Amino acid sequence: MATQLDDPRIIEFDVRTDEMLVNMGPQHPSTHGVLRLVLRTDGEVVSEVTPHIGYLHRCAEKIGENLTARQWIPYTDRMDYLAGMNMNLGWALAVEKLMNLELPEKARHLRVLIVEMNRIASHLVGMGAYGLDLGTFSPFLYAFREREKILDLFEEVCGARLTYSYITVGGATADLPTGWIETCERFLAQLEPVIEEYHALLTTNAIFVRRTAGIGILSPEKAIDYGCTGPVLRGSGVDHDLRRDGEQRYTEMYDGYAFEVIVEKNGHYPKDHNYPAVPGSAVLGDCWHRFYVRMLEVMQSIDLVRQAIDRYSMATGSWGEPIKLTEKLPKGEAYLETEAPRGQMGFYVVSSGSGAIPWRVRARSSSFCNLSVTHDLCRGCLIADVPAIVGSLDIVMGEIDR
Amino acid sequence: MSGQAFVERLKKVFGDKITGANFAAIDPWVDVAPAGLVEVCRYLRDEPDLRFDFLNCISGVDYFEPDAKKAAKNDWQPHTEVVYHLSSLPKKTSLVLKVILPRWKNDKPGELPEVPSVTGVWSTADWHEREVFDLSGVRFTGHPDLRRILCPEDWVGHPLRKDYEMPLEYHGIRGR
Amino acid sequence: MAEFLQAYLAPWWLAYVVAALVHAVLLINVVAVGALIFIWLERKVSGRIQDRLGPTRVGGKFGWLQTLADGLKLITKEDLMPEGADGMLFRMAPYISFCASFAGYLALPFADNWVGARLNTAVFFILAVLGLEVFGVILAGYASASKWSLFGAMREAAQVVSYEVPLGMCAVVPVLIAGSMDLVTIGQMQHGWFTNWFVFHDPFTFITFWVYFTCATASVNRAPFDLAEAESELVAGFHTEYSGLRWSIFFMAEYGSMFAVSGLAAILFFGGWNGPLPITEWLGLADTTNPVLSYLGNFIGMLNFMFKCVFGVTFMMWVRWTLPRLRIDQVMTTCLKYCTPIAAASFLGATLWTYFLPGGLILPNNAYGLVREGQLIDGPYPPADAEGPSKETANEKTAGTGDLISQVAGEHRGRD
Repeated sequence: MATQLDDPRIIEFDVRTDEMLVNMGPQHPSTHGVLRLVLRTDGEVVSEVTPHIGYLHRCAEKIGENLTARQWIPYTDRMDYLAGMNMNLGWALAVEKLMNLELPEKARHLRVLIVEMNRIASHLVGMGAYGLDLGTFSPFLYAFREREKILDLFEEVCGARLTYSYITVGGATADLPTGWIETCERFLAQLEPVIEEYHALLTTNAIFVRRTAGIGILSPEKAIDYGCTGPVLRGSGVDHDLRRDGEQRYTEMYDGYAFEVIVEKNGHYPKDHNYPAVPGSAVLGDCWHRFYVRMLEVMQSIDLVRQAIDRYSMATGSWGEPIKLTEKLPKGEAYLETEAPRGQMGFYVVSSGSGAIPWRVRARSSSFCNLSVTHDLCRGCLIADVPAIVGSLDIVMGEIDR
Repeated sequence: MSGQAFVERLKKVFGDKITGANFAAIDPWVDVAPAGLVEVCRYLRDEPDLRFDFLNCISGVDYFEPDAKKAAKNDWQPHTEVVYHLSSLPKKTSLVLKVILPRWKNDKPGELPEVPSVTGVWSTADWHEREVFDLSGVRFTGHPDLRRILCPEDWVGHPLRKDYEMPLEYHGIRGR
Repeated sequence: MAEFLQAYLAPWWLAYVVAALVHAVLLINVVAVGALIFIWLERKVSGRIQDRLGPTRVGGKFGWLQTLADGLKLITKEDLMPEGADGMLFRMAPYISFCASFAGYLALPFADNWVGARLNTAVFFILAVLGLEVFGVILAGYASASKWSLFGAMREAAQVVSYEVPLGMCAVVPVLIAGSMDLVTIGQMQHGWFTNWFVFHDPFTFITFWVYFTCATASVNRAPFDLAEAESELVAGFHTEYSGLRWSIFFMAEYGSMFAVSGLAAILFFGGWNGPLPITEWLGLADTTNPVLSYLGNFIGMLNFMFKCVFGVTFMMWVRWTLPRLRIDQVMTTCLKYCTPIAAASFLGATLWTYFLPGGLILPNNAYGLVREGQLIDGPYPPADAEGPSKETANEKTAGTGDLISQVAGEHRGRD
């Protein structure tokens, strides 16, 4: 590289290496949508990562100020589009909290059943896409094969495969169709042994372990400081799951369900299933642990769905008629967070009491906070680690940009 | 700790920085003056029996009714609120803080109201404050890097303000 | 063949030119048709591995015209070049890659003496020209004026240059056993039962084969060592900016190299054109002066060889669709910390083994079987009695090319 000195006739040639700014995204195969990361690199080493978001911004919150509470349900679908049911649930519960609406028992079990199924679907995509980030394609398609069956089930329930708008304020738009429970049980029986294949292909694969163990270590203090939630928080060893620790309105859905929060305690995970052992090179809070927590949560959700099926079948009463589209909202404000697959999804609704349209809606997105820790995790890693770290946060841009 | 006792305690420590509280609401809140916000937050985070170590969300709410006829019916004056939802992971409690601001600084339209940034207390406030600045138009003083986060950098206006008007055109793209 | 043509063509050099052209056309067909088939195979294999069908529609039942249809599409695509690209280098790069990959076939024997040019340094030659492929990749990365491409090129340079070391060491082991660098001689030495294959010669060669295959996978940029085009990190690495036909030439070069290194593995370790059982000998097709019978024997040999190559390539595909990608530092660690020392130790081991147990342990007839038949005299190549066999060789070469034509034509027929 030539450096010009004061005298323009003298050009000094020296070997100087410069840092290079590289744009990873918004069109990049492994940024999970339209995330743009500006990398400052020195060769293969990344010294700084700056995320730029907003490419998918639709200002759903502004739209919400012009629609009634039930009309906004489809917009929540489009936030975390891989877990539409969980988004619906979050908003529905927040509005129900504002309206002080109590749900019949059957509706609550129906909701648990549906959102846990969606959690399985979402984690399957998260797992497959993580394999993709690390350069293996097949687990992605295996995951989609199973997810497809869940989508088929959802299609039977509400007619949609991605943007369900099924769970709504007051309950759900319809009851489960007849025969659905049996199909669902068959699917769960099919899914359980397949999970072991995923463990063989990814979790315990030597290359996978080398690529993820000890990479992107997020300490529990930092995770809390940055507001990380969900598997990212639990992967760092923080024992916090809103299904157990959340607001009463949310946790009462899970009353009586037997489940343990998936988190490493005293060096081991809850041993409900035959899980593969934690490799020696894995450090608590690294990419491997975040991935592992997700894998275990799939098993946990299978369990929960089975329990929900039992309870749903036993429960009597209504499945929860939705409120009228133009139902008036009382004056007040309510904030409620639920445990979505990617973390805590919070909805804040303010009503002026003048009609069915809320004054202000706000969505606190889990991926948004999880992503904000990227610059800290990626400092000093290699370029190949950037997709590994961002992938382990399992972000969905629809939720970040809203 | 009951809400009343809690607010009494805060008032004892911070005096007039705590401007009010609402216990009747669904999520009871405490009003904090902008000047004392950082101190209060740090106290809430560090006090061993409170430990509000987790900032869930920062939201900006604009109270303004452009329609004069409807505005007459409202029981509030136009203002902007910044709402902080906190929770404590070890104590499993939650708390709402509110900072009430004028819609414009010194009532000069176009000058954004100011709140001290709590980035130093919770790192997650960084992006949340950028979002509130971007969408609701509140300036966070002391924020390390207060840029727009969701809207493009050259966007005009703050969409979640009630008097916001969508631009007719943005770089040749029709807006309305 | 040149000698054969000299009888008909007036100036002697013309005969050589024509002979070279015929060889080249035959080989380029092998490469091109091979790439077509391998791309189709890759899609089918990956499809089956991933629990889907792969192409099913284009060209009938198994979608075997899919690659051709894709090729047509690629030809009609716009040939894009980034504004800041170095035009000449950008255009040249794919051809350099392809030529390097293609030149390797020149010395690759498909059956006994069915070889473009029988070189007495064939192993060396193939490794050398395959190593040249990296220049195309580096040029492509450098000339693209894209940072991702540059990353790809730098990775490729680092990776391929380091993997050449263990790869060369592994290739030397069979050379050492055979005492010749001529692939035809090496192939001939492994005739008979499959126990004569060098991979079963001693434990060291067995280890060497696996190291060789690892290094070969790395040097042709296949997963889990496909760092130069790592799509989840570098978009598409060195060929990010390429489109249409130029891109497909890179693709063909990749498949050409895969086939070449598999072919080299087949000859060095798996007996080349010799089947697991000496069927050609039982049928009396080997070592016969009857042109038709030796023809037939060689044809069976070529099928053997092709089968082994396809198996090698399929194995690479299997690995690719199963394993995640390594990181650059891990790739280099694998090479420098594991492959190179293991290859060096195997080399030493094989040296000692051949010194103390010259005939091998499992089947002692390995070496002197050939001596008995008068093919391996003292000194590897050329044979001492150059007078007699040379004419035969010439005839066989002619025969060989003829068969190659029929083989290629047959492939075409089979696919129509």
